[in-house]
Order: sequence, then structure tokens, then C-alpha cells
Amino acid sequence: MAALFGVFCGFILIIVLFTLRLFFVVRKGSGYRPGKKGSVSVLVVAGSGGHTTEILRLMGSLSESYCPRHYVIADTDKMSEDKIRTLEASKKQQDQGNFTIHRVPRSREVRQSWSSSVFTTMNALLYSVPLLFNLQPDVLLCNGPGTCVPLCLAGLLLGILGAKKILIVYVESICRVERLSLSGKILYHLSDYFFVQWPSLKDKYPKSIYLGRVV
Amino acid sequence: MKTVFVTVGTTSFDDLIASVISQDAVQALVARGYEELVLQVGRGSILPGPDSCPGLTLQAFRFKDSIAGDIQRADLVISHAGAGSCLEALGAGRPLLVVVNDRLMDNHQLELARKLHADSHLLYCTCSNLTHTLRTMDLSQLTPFCLGQPEKFANFMDQALGLH
Repeated sequence: MAALFGVFCGFILIIVLFTLRLFFVVRKGSGYRPGKKGSVSVLVVAGSGGHTTEILRLMGSLSESYCPRHYVIADTDKMSEDKIRTLEASKKQQDQGNFTIHRVPRSREVRQSWSSSVFTTMNALLYSVPLLFNLQPDVLLCNGPGTCVPLCLAGLLLGILGAKKILIVYVESICRVERLSLSGKILYHLSDYFFVQWPSLKDKYPKSIYLGRVV
Repeated sequence: MKTVFVTVGTTSFDDLIASVISQDAVQALVARGYEELVLQVGRGSILPGPDSCPGLTLQAFRFKDSIAGDIQRADLVISHAGAGSCLEALGAGRPLLVVVNDRLMDNHQLELARKLHADSHLLYCTCSNLTHTLRTMDLSQLTPFCLGQPEKFANFMDQALGLH
């Protein structure tokens, strides 16, 4: 009986410590400047279809200081790899080849039910944690596909465990005018930089950053 | 040749393809002086043959590395409401009619179509009123659209990350 109580208390303690660490890690983002070392490594989530088009427009504007660039795509996505390689081929000579492409299980297919999506997302998380642990990027850039949630959670976990602080930069899709996506709602409080592209969202989510349309 | 380009993006939109090759829709396009119909059907189950639409020269394909050429050549683009397709068509300065897929989960694409329509950059409809829209639309009311500026994002991030 006492042993059970002890285990229960231990469990509660771990949850409390975990939550405190999470709070601390999320707060630490605003002052953190990984660019001081001259370059910033980026993990980019390319979520298929329009998500890929949008994220690659953003990647096209970033200088060669953002390297290496690690692109993560869903295992069932056939189109994004070609688009990524086309963009990378257009980079300056000295910046050529500074990228890798990785595949993770998709968190949710188009039209998949929400309840089964919980399981597929957890499966994706099992892949995401070792991937983030190996790559340890300074920045994780994403724009809303389901694929990004387990990757961002894995990034937060690395911070909580004290392994590496990964800045989460979330740019809500231009499709989101009045309401945030589900990924956006989840990551609004967990990301370090959260961008919206329409003024109505800035009004509703005051902690977001609004620079006008960026894609 | 006055050309209409139809694109469904990276997934599929059988309802749109079926609606646009229907007799009524084809008649509406011919009545407006269109002579060629090019269809990008994605993973859809309908891939019409070249003789499917009497009165129009028809071409159909699933995917291409880039549809920029097809968009440039088009006098009218009919597209699903995906952001990539819309931005490509608007960025190329082509008149755009967006067809919203009301079978999609929570239909988030509708918000963007509505906003761009409210700003007079495109027209929109659903499959069920496509033919009516093709008959009655006035493309001259559309105003040009300026693409977003990713440089603003890049400058912001350079500052925020301590890169200069």
C-alpha cells in the first residue's frame, strides 16, 4: 500500500518537474540567439501540397547562413522531394548541397478521421524523437501540416531533457484568414515565433507576429 | 486559341472534373468563346479522352513538374481552392475561378477563397453552381493581386536569431 503511494507520488513529481521544465524551455526562446555563431541549422517540415509550396517560398528568401538545411517530408509524399531539390539546385554555388531530406510516417492523411489520427500521430512521434536527437537543429520551421506536430513535440522534449534548445518557428498558412488550423492552436503557446498572415488573426491571437502576407 | 486550364492540385477532385466536362459546362465555355480545355486531374479517377468534349480541344494529364506554362497560356484558370494553385494563378495575373470542394474536412480552403473574393481577386463557386457561374461571370471586375513578401520574414528572422 505504502509502496503504491510512493510510486504515485513519484509519478506526480515527474509530471510537475516535466511541466516546470516545459514552461522554462518555452519562455527561454525570446532571448536565444543561435545566429551569433555565424550560421543557423534549420529543420524544415514540408507537409505536402500547398504547405510545401508555401514553406519553400519562405526557404527561398533565407540567406546561405541558414545551413545545413534538413527537410522532413511524410513517407507517402511523392511531390515534395522534387520541389525541394529544384529549390536547392537554384542556391548559390558555395551553398550547394548543404541540405538533407528525411521521411517520417504521416501523422494524418487527407480526410483521415480525427480519432485514428491520434494513433498515427503518436507513431510519428516515435520516429521524430530520434531524428531530432540526431540532427539537433537550431531552428525548426513549419507551417501547419499534421506532420509538424510530432516533430515540434520532439523538439520541445529535447529542450525539456536539457539536450538542446530548438527554436520553433511557426508560420500559419495563408489559407488561414479567420481561424487557426489545429496545428496552429496546438503550437500557438508552444512555439517561439508564431506568424500569422492576415490582420483578423493578429487581432484574435495577440502574441502572434504579423508582417503582412509573406508567401 | 482561347484556353481554359483546370487544376485540382496534388490530390484529386473528381467532382470538379466531372462538372467541367459535363455538357452544360462545355456549352457555357463554348458560348464564351473558349476553344481549348486543359485538365490537370491529379490522383483522380476521371481522366477524359481527347474527344470527351465536342466543341473544345481537350487535353488531360495527372501531374507535371511545373504547371507554370499551362497557367501562363490560359485565358481562364479554374482551380481547386488550394493555396498553392491559387497563388500560382494569381501571381501569373490570370483570371481565376476557384471551385470549393465541400467534401473536405472542415473545408479550411473556403476562408482563403472568400477573402480573396471579397478583395475582388478571384471568383468562386461550388461544383453544383459551376455551370451557372461560367454563364454569368464577369472577369473584368477582377483586380490584380500582389504576391506576399518572404523577404520580410527573412529580415525578421535574421534579426531575431542574431544573424546579420
